[in-house]
Amino acid sequence: MKVIYTDSLVIGGGLAGLRVAIASRQRGFDTIVLSLIPAKRSHSAAAQGGMQASLGACIKGEGDDEDVHFADTVKGSDWGCDQDVARMFVNTSPKAIRQLSAWGVPWSRVRGGDREVVINGEKVTITEKQDAQGLITARDFGGTKKWRTCFTSDGTGHTMLYAMDNKAIQMGIPVHERKEAIALIHEGGLCYGAVVRDLITGELAAYVAKATTIATGGYGRLYAVTTNAIISEGIGNAIALETGIAALGNMEAVQFHPTAIVPVGILTTEGCRGDGGLLLDKDGYRFMPDYEPDKKELASRDVVSRRMTEHMRKGKGVSSRYGDHLWLDITLLGRKHIEKNLREVKEICEYFLGIDPVKEYIPVRPTQHYSMGGIRTNATGESPTLKGLFSAGEAACWDMHGFNRLGGNSVAETVVAGMIVGEFVSDYCAANSLNVSTATIEHFINQEKKKITDLLMRNQGENPFELKAEMQKIMMDKVGIFRNGQDLEKAVEELKVLNQRAREIALRNRISSSNPELVEAIRVPKMIKLAQCVAYGALLRTESRGAHAREDYPERNDRDWLKRTLTTWKDEGSDLPEVKYEDLDVMKMEMPPGSRGYGVDNTIHHPDTKKRISQIETIKEANPGADRYELQELLNPTMIPEKFKGRNERIGRGFK
Amino acid sequence: MNDQERILKFHIFRYNPQKKGDKPRMVTYEVTEAPGMTIFIALNEIREQQDPSIQFDFVCRAGICGSCAMVVNGSPTLACRTLTSKYESGEIKLLPLPGFELIGDLSVNTGKFMRAMSERVESWIHDQYADEVNFDKLEERMDPEVADQIYELERCVECGCCVSACATKRMRPDFLSAVGFMRLARFALDPRDKRTNEEFYEIMGDDDGVFGCMTLLGCEDYCPKDLPHQTQIAYLRRKMAFVR
Ligand SMILES: Cc1cc2nc3c(=O)[nH]c(=O)nc-3n(C[C@H](O)[C@H](O)[C@H](O)COP(=O)(O)OP(=O)(O)OC[C@H]3O[C@@H](n4cnc5c(N)ncnc54)[C@H](O)[C@@H]3O)c2cc1C
Ligand code: SF4
Ligand code: SF4
Ligand code: FES
Repeated sequence: MKVIYTDSLVIGGGLAGLRVAIASRQRGFDTIVLSLIPAKRSHSAAAQGGMQASLGACIKGEGDDEDVHFADTVKGSDWGCDQDVARMFVNTSPKAIRQLSAWGVPWSRVRGGDREVVINGEKVTITEKQDAQGLITARDFGGTKKWRTCFTSDGTGHTMLYAMDNKAIQMGIPVHERKEAIALIHEGGLCYGAVVRDLITGELAAYVAKATTIATGGYGRLYAVTTNAIISEGIGNAIALETGIAALGNMEAVQFHPTAIVPVGILTTEGCRGDGGLLLDKDGYRFMPDYEPDKKELASRDVVSRRMTEHMRKGKGVSSRYGDHLWLDITLLGRKHIEKNLREVKEICEYFLGIDPVKEYIPVRPTQHYSMGGIRTNATGESPTLKGLFSAGEAACWDMHGFNRLGGNSVAETVVAGMIVGEFVSDYCAANSLNVSTATIEHFINQEKKKITDLLMRNQGENPFELKAEMQKIMMDKVGIFRNGQDLEKAVEELKVLNQRAREIALRNRISSSNPELVEAIRVPKMIKLAQCVAYGALLRTESRGAHAREDYPERNDRDWLKRTLTTWKDEGSDLPEVKYEDLDVMKMEMPPGSRGYGVDNTIHHPDTKKRISQIETIKEANPGADRYELQELLNPTMIPEKFKGRNERIGRGFK
Repeated sequence: MNDQERILKFHIFRYNPQKKGDKPRMVTYEVTEAPGMTIFIALNEIREQQDPSIQFDFVCRAGICGSCAMVVNGSPTLACRTLTSKYESGEIKLLPLPGFELIGDLSVNTGKFMRAMSERVESWIHDQYADEVNFDKLEERMDPEVADQIYELERCVECGCCVSACATKRMRPDFLSAVGFMRLARFALDPRDKRTNEEFYEIMGDDDGVFGCMTLLGCEDYCPKDLPHQTQIAYLRRKMAFVR
């Protein structure tokens, strides 16, 4: 039996995982990072748009601060987020970006003086302040009041991940590549590490640790088409679920982006439509004005995605061997504009579609993009039910995104959560000693060994690739952008059947070392369970909130549904997860539920909302001299680690 | 879009060193071409429908992460963004990237090589104060031009195409290679990195470093990110020539 000991085991070498490992090492703990692939190839590298932090250096960001960022984030979440966590996040994000700057990210900088930008389809000139010259600049993004999204040209995630991994290499942090965590080791409500399979040799080893952090990214690949990397399969979430103790939060909260190319699902930026591009159907007809006479193609992401789907369901999609799609037409923008301002879109079209978007339409359809749900944690990043298990990044439901995350808030979350959760992981390592018996470790290894042997021995059975494709199709067709009771019920039933069938997988290639079919056979049953959590959670939630849109329950229902879904899988033999709910306490909210200011406002209000609003008024009146920091402390005290408590400086404003 | 269907012939290098008695060989698979088909799509179709044991590495499948470099009809390139329609004959020969440890079939261990490269060139900002930066305060300013220039050199995705295309690397196993030079050039340009020319010389001032390069520029020809290898190698050489 191969056993490797460490203090802080981190599963996942993306931005979140690497940052937790760095925090652990900074505090003097031994740490090991596990990754399916070389860390620098993690999906964090694909983020192009940017990272939100309220630095307020560019002119369109003037007046920005933590409070504005907080309000945008809470509204974006459709009040589904944990406001303590959102607070910790917005206060720490400026520090995160400045630290990354010292570690080597070449953030794009403010150039003082005039520059031409396109706002609302029109060219306008804005004048950057000379005294902001050389500070980190920001661009505009959806759902934000200020220009707050910091970036490095069109490669933000790439430069962030490279700087982070370089820092980890500098600190001598080992990254064990081509390793897959396939089960957690736990006993008596405490987590002690993971059973890990070597993807080259097939060898199983136990990585035993005081604290285990899951930072494995999203579960986009539950869907047939997604903008996510092909390794975003949610295995980290699944192994937490399979403990029967740790809970997953809000798994039904899944975000869709309107324009990814068909068939491969690679994202084309919102800028295409922002600059005047149109959506057309199979008859070349521009359909959006019929649905949204006001905003047309430029309604919010979730609205456009829903309308496109509706239109395709009416048979207006263009059929192709890869399923139906619609057209994105940017030909009307002309060559000069496309080659200058949409260079990247042009390259994607050339490489992946072999077309020239200057002359041809781009095949697009709404596509799964982000997983708001994940391993439910406290504000410290620790599972409330399985001690010693932490989670950070897209894998976690730390819950700063609620039912919809804002663009640019995700890479920001990975780094900020890495910093904050990393401190709590270190505290945990300092306070606990490792106390696990060899028998327990052996039990978990043997359990996994047996599963693999069974797979290799079975003569006849199900094909894992087929099961996966069936699952992905169910999720696409019935648990997509638009949801309704009937389809969801069917999805839940069909997934139950798949779950049963997944117990009978047999392989054609029956070797235990590097074997892609075996990898699939290990993952697919786990993925089906996750799909069941998403589908079942979506069926039970009879309201619409953020990205969760029920045709049969179109209103946001704060009265009955201001709560977080918690899913557990207690009995390995059962064919459905258990679902419970955790109330969000309106009386503790810094920002009580209200209107988002976009989309339809059809909210059924919570009885406490009015009470809390007047309570906040009373608190404000009783403290007339309080500044924004003191007020926030009164309304929403947070548990930010000491290191990150300082106020953030801004140009022209100091520390106010 | 071209809707005409044709049968593609993939000739693929197969060898699994983990499997006792396995021998390197070429195997041919037939795939019906679809509009917009990439080598990524075709290989997955082969794995799912014909041979589940075939190994290859894709992650982002969008030309971003650098996982999928392989030799396609003689040229090292990113397979995920290579359309099958590019090959008129319909015959596509796939070999693993040379110069790296073979994991199996088309999968090679570029990760191990790149980590070693990063350690060798000390691919991080050398500034004793970087860890003591007060991140509550305004960040250190940087010339916007310089920030953009650093980004241009940091676009390398560690795919390894340049390494596999380098004749010097074939003769000198410890040759740092273009990817290493590019990384050094990136840090040499960065005002935040306080390393001196002498310190850089220690890393690359020999025949396994920049003086071993024969400037045949296979690296520049095959770099999928079109990085300016020629100018950067020349820049490093000039910089090093001044040291001794
Ligand atoms: C196309 C695209 C564009 C985006 N653009 C933006 C943007 O502009 N701004 C923004 O804020 N967000 C953006 N996002 C979202 C953001 O990029 C991700 O949410 C974020 O990077 C996730 O980081 P992470 O560290 O949580 O996980 P990842 O970066 O996905 O890393 C996961 C890690 O876990 C490892 N792993 C997984 N499973 C296992 C296992 N079982 N065992 C061992 N290791 C495992 C993997 O190897 C990997 O190292 C974008 C997302 C996509 C898909
Ligand atoms: S110029 Fe030639 S020898 Fe030098 S690194 Fe590039 S390929 Fe190798
Ligand atoms: S320099 Fe170019 S070819 Fe070489 S690893 Fe980087 S991206 Fe690949
Ligand atoms: S799979 Fe990422 S570059 Fe090809």
